[in-house]
Amino acid sequence: MDLFATIFVDGLIYAAWLFIVSVGLTLVFGVLNILNIAHGSLYAIGAYTSASMVGAYFGVGGDAFPWGSYVALIAAAILVALVMGPLLERGLLRFFYGRDEVLNVLVTYAVFLILEDAMKLIWGVNPYYVYEPYTLLGDVELGSLFYVGYDFAVIAIAIVVGLAVWMSLNRTRTGKVVLAVIHDPEMSRTMGVNVPRIYLGAFVAGAFLAALGGAVTAPMISVQPGLGVNVIIVAFAVVIIGGLGSIPGAAIGALMVGISRAASVHLLPEAELFIIYFVMAIVLMFRPEGLFAKTQARKI
Amino acid sequence: MLGMNHLLAVAGTFAVMAAGAVILPDWAMFLIVMALAKGLVCLGIVGMMRGGLVSFGQGLYYCAGAYTATLFANSFGITDIFLLCIVSAVVCLAIGGLFGPLLAGYRGIFFAMLSLALSMVLYGSLSKLSVIGGTDGLNIAAPTFLGWEPEGRALQSGLYLFVSALVVAAGAVMWRYFHSEQGLIALAARDNELRVEYLGASVRKAMTLNYVFGAVLGGLGGTIAALALGHVDPEFAFWTTSGEFVFVAILAGYLSVPAVFVAAIILELVRSFSNLYFPNTWQLALGVFLLAVIVALPGGLGSLVDRRRKREGAQ
Repeated sequence: MDLFATIFVDGLIYAAWLFIVSVGLTLVFGVLNILNIAHGSLYAIGAYTSASMVGAYFGVGGDAFPWGSYVALIAAAILVALVMGPLLERGLLRFFYGRDEVLNVLVTYAVFLILEDAMKLIWGVNPYYVYEPYTLLGDVELGSLFYVGYDFAVIAIAIVVGLAVWMSLNRTRTGKVVLAVIHDPEMSRTMGVNVPRIYLGAFVAGAFLAALGGAVTAPMISVQPGLGVNVIIVAFAVVIIGGLGSIPGAAIGALMVGISRAASVHLLPEAELFIIYFVMAIVLMFRPEGLFAKTQARKI
Repeated sequence: MLGMNHLLAVAGTFAVMAAGAVILPDWAMFLIVMALAKGLVCLGIVGMMRGGLVSFGQGLYYCAGAYTATLFANSFGITDIFLLCIVSAVVCLAIGGLFGPLLAGYRGIFFAMLSLALSMVLYGSLSKLSVIGGTDGLNIAAPTFLGWEPEGRALQSGLYLFVSALVVAAGAVMWRYFHSEQGLIALAARDNELRVEYLGASVRKAMTLNYVFGAVLGGLGGTIAALALGHVDPEFAFWTTSGEFVFVAILAGYLSVPAVFVAAIILELVRSFSNLYFPNTWQLALGVFLLAVIVALPGGLGSLVDRRRKREGAQ
């Protein structure tokens, strides 16, 4: 029984992390119709920026009030979104709207390659460690098991992020405009919607979520080159399983991948990497467009 | 069949390439062997691109071919390059025959992502299988050629000549296939799939066939790369490896077969020189290069030749 509880809790923590990193990806695809490989780079830039900012915070005497490091984490994600979002969307992606989806994947792949090296130039190749925020929340005892409190904070962040995205899309005026743009950009434009601004806003929001994922993860790991490579490929699996562009889909996808990975880690460690893509392949075999994708008519 | 002119072109190409075995320095010969091996994989992607599909997981076959050859060589002590290529090709044919019909129903991004998932399944499994080396991979002995056991420069030249012959043969076969009725159906499906179906052709069959060709070519490329490097590891199936293959395919475009190998050699050259002069910014250079190709040369290198040909035709 304990084993199942462990798998469930571990899976939930991993799923929460997965959801934070994938929800931005699915949002950007939903609005801009671009599957953004550079999402992984934004995640890594978020991790680096937050590592630098939290490091700087403790460098200037933040020890007196360590909780301020959480503000530094969030501020890092906002900073990355505000700098990188407009730069990528206005500077590059807007020239590729309406082009072939696969071509756009390649464009973002090029951006990903460029950013990978740009990060090495800015932050070097040595790892960064910022463990302070991770230990700050103490431990949580669950039955006979101890968990780090921060892990549960990640679950809370994931829930807040999910609700915030869902609410702002479905319960606000801007959100409804965004849904209209997703449904038919051309028609929205004729109705007076400033479509480029919606695209920019959605991309910045996506970049923020990617960077937030990185910023939240930075205290849990050593921040070093190659972070983005693995993240993007897992996030792909999540959003494809859930159906591209679907936010509930990303949540279900994250839970499926999170729990199967946790089960595999405890029961069959050799299959840890294998299981994620295996789940994705199985889902796609039966639901070619993912679990929550809207059905679309074939165009002649 | 190939006409007289085509046969002459094929023989001429091989003669020119073979001359390289004499005049090229060792490093260049190795570079070209690797480039051509990868070019074979990319030729498979180009075949799929003609049908409008891009596989982001061709590393699957590159890796499967490399591991098949290595395991076969290490278990049975067989080093003959012809035999190893045949075994890898057969194994990849079987894998491609299994997945091809399944994947043939997917289009666009879903085809790309599903093929990527399959290659990552292989990557994940191989990394964790310590019996066959895990992430360290395996070594493979130098190849022999029908009983001939060269060493040093002769080995390099032998491998180079073998790859050249293989590339010319594969290029000719694929060229023939691209211009066959079945190959042209794929090209038509790229423009409008539904119309092709209404005209009575099976798009699914065309896509499956393209995929299976890609699988076999990928396996051959992987085998050659493994023999040239003397080593295989799971990175062969990692998605960034597949990404490079797609890069070459985009650079080449789907209009010309020789362009694929030219593009593969350009990429290897750019990689070698950037590694030498800008070791930390090679990916950056590659990314900028990829963007430049997408913007400035959307049809790839092949479109340059094609454009010239069309202009001459018009005159």
